Amino acid sequence: MSNVQDYASRLSDPASRKMETFSYLPPMTDAQIRAQVEWIVKHGWNPAIEHTEPQYARSNYWYMWKLPMFGETDVDAILAELKACHEANPDNHVRLIGYNNFTQSQGANMVVYRGTPV
Amino acid sequence: MAKKYDAGVKDYRSIYWEPDYAVKDSDILAVFKVTPQPGISREEAAAAVAAESSTGTWTTVWTDLLTDLDYYKGRAYAIEDVPGSDDAFYAFIAYPMDLFEEGSVVNVFTSIVGNVFGFKAVRALRLEDVRFPLWFVMSCFGPPHGINVERDKLDKYGRPLLGCTIKPKLGLSAKNYGRAVYEVLRGGLDFSKDDENVNSQPFMRWRDRFDFCQEAIEKAEAETGERKGHYMNVTAATMEEVYQRAEYAKEIGTPIIMSDYLTLGWAAHNSLSKWCRDNGMLLHVHRAMHAVMDRNPNHGINFRVLAKLLRLLGGDHLHSGTVVGKLEGDREATLGWIDLLRDRHVKEDRSRGIFFDQDWGPMPGVFPVASGGIHVWHMPALVSIFGNDSVLQFGGGTLGHPWGNAAGAAANRVALEACVQARNEGRELEKEGKEILTNAAKHSPELKIAMETWKEIKFEFDTVDKLDTQHR
Repeated sequence: MSNVQDYASRLSDPASRKMETFSYLPPMTDAQIRAQVEWIVKHGWNPAIEHTEPQYARSNYWYMWKLPMFGETDVDAILAELKACHEANPDNHVRLIGYNNFTQSQGANMVVYRGTPV
Repeated sequence: MAKKYDAGVKDYRSIYWEPDYAVKDSDILAVFKVTPQPGISREEAAAAVAAESSTGTWTTVWTDLLTDLDYYKGRAYAIEDVPGSDDAFYAFIAYPMDLFEEGSVVNVFTSIVGNVFGFKAVRALRLEDVRFPLWFVMSCFGPPHGINVERDKLDKYGRPLLGCTIKPKLGLSAKNYGRAVYEVLRGGLDFSKDDENVNSQPFMRWRDRFDFCQEAIEKAEAETGERKGHYMNVTAATMEEVYQRAEYAKEIGTPIIMSDYLTLGWAAHNSLSKWCRDNGMLLHVHRAMHAVMDRNPNHGINFRVLAKLLRLLGGDHLHSGTVVGKLEGDREATLGWIDLLRDRHVKEDRSRGIFFDQDWGPMPGVFPVASGGIHVWHMPALVSIFGNDSVLQFGGGTLGHPWGNAAGAAANRVALEACVQARNEGRELEKEGKEILTNAAKHSPELKIAMETWKEIKFEFDTVDKLDTQHR
């Protein structure tokens, strides 16, 4: 058994909480985040930013940061809004959504800034 | 002018072969692969199939003259060669809308794959595709929720969902079974699954299984902060039992149940699907027994038809084959029927075995489920083939991890997310798969071990049911 590794996930350890898509990968670099924003823009999805206190992360409704950026295709503008939301809410999770208005669903949804886990 | 009664046996061709017929939008269209008995012409065989699957019988009867048979009959309207076959041909048959009861998949198939399949004039017969007109689609029930509603309920976007069938499929106690469920869910899977034949055997009665699995779901949700489910199989001997199990699953707050739609029966499955919509329960659908009907390339029913009829009957997930794993499945044909499960409008595409345009109107789509004999090394191909709207299920590929279920689950989740990330960055998964996984494994010891464990496994048996293509 010495070469079997324990799976270190604990109810008591806030670091065990995951954040859906991409939360099992290491945090993305700026270049990697930019590539994911480009993926949203490329599909014509509407970028939107939401944030929440980590203890309420399981709610469907996080706080909207302003309004979805309908028709926004400037990747730098989207990244700047993500940063602004994070700076205004430094302890919160901040996620980026790509709304697909044709399927009425979300083509993408990823947490870009992880808040302080609880 | 009125016809005279003329008793006796007539050629089918004289009544049921109409090469000039203009197909109506309201017709149900079917294409059969027909292998006639020696000495019977293609036109006669095609007309016989049209007759025997609609209004005809072997001899003229006087009551034929009390109705407008020309209006009610099915007719063969086209014949085509089957690529690569000297014996068989495709017969295209149009059935008028009046032949069928609204909303009844059961009725449609009792007609078109009924007595005709035992008919002596054909040596073999296979239903390859059916075009359901929009009026019929809209009279059917369809998926209880559909892909987009399921994503919203489970809060999962931008990636395929991940599942795992609990093994050994039979013989575990309910508590030990729940342990296996808990481990895979805490490791990062979205779903675990009862196998198709897990019902309520003496070693694990359904209520015990549901209780232990629900505890596993709830603890894994609290631990990971993500929404989870276990497909609780409610397939049973009677509908009273099915409903009792479904009601209990709802009572304990589980999000998804499961049915084996072919062995349960189509009417029973349709009822369960309606119950699921009424009760906010997602419905996973297994296709046990399908290969009895769809595997023989010359006789039976092609799976694309069984997939279309399941979308009409209702289901939120349907097993569709993996293309790359241990079970049968030709790649182009599989791509064809996963389109038929998910898309709103599917164009005729012979290269994928799709014979007709199919308009689904507003009917929601069904998640195709790739399950069976797959592991982390298949992940790049699976993400590339199936895209986001799919459920990828790794049974042995999760539970067989040397460090156990949670590590196996984590390995699959990391591999999945690495592939999605790479795809979104514009990389070609099927070419760069090894590099993408190897890179992801640097941050995941679970994935690294999984890649070492399963590297050598390959399934390279030839597919029995291939698309008909010229091979000589």
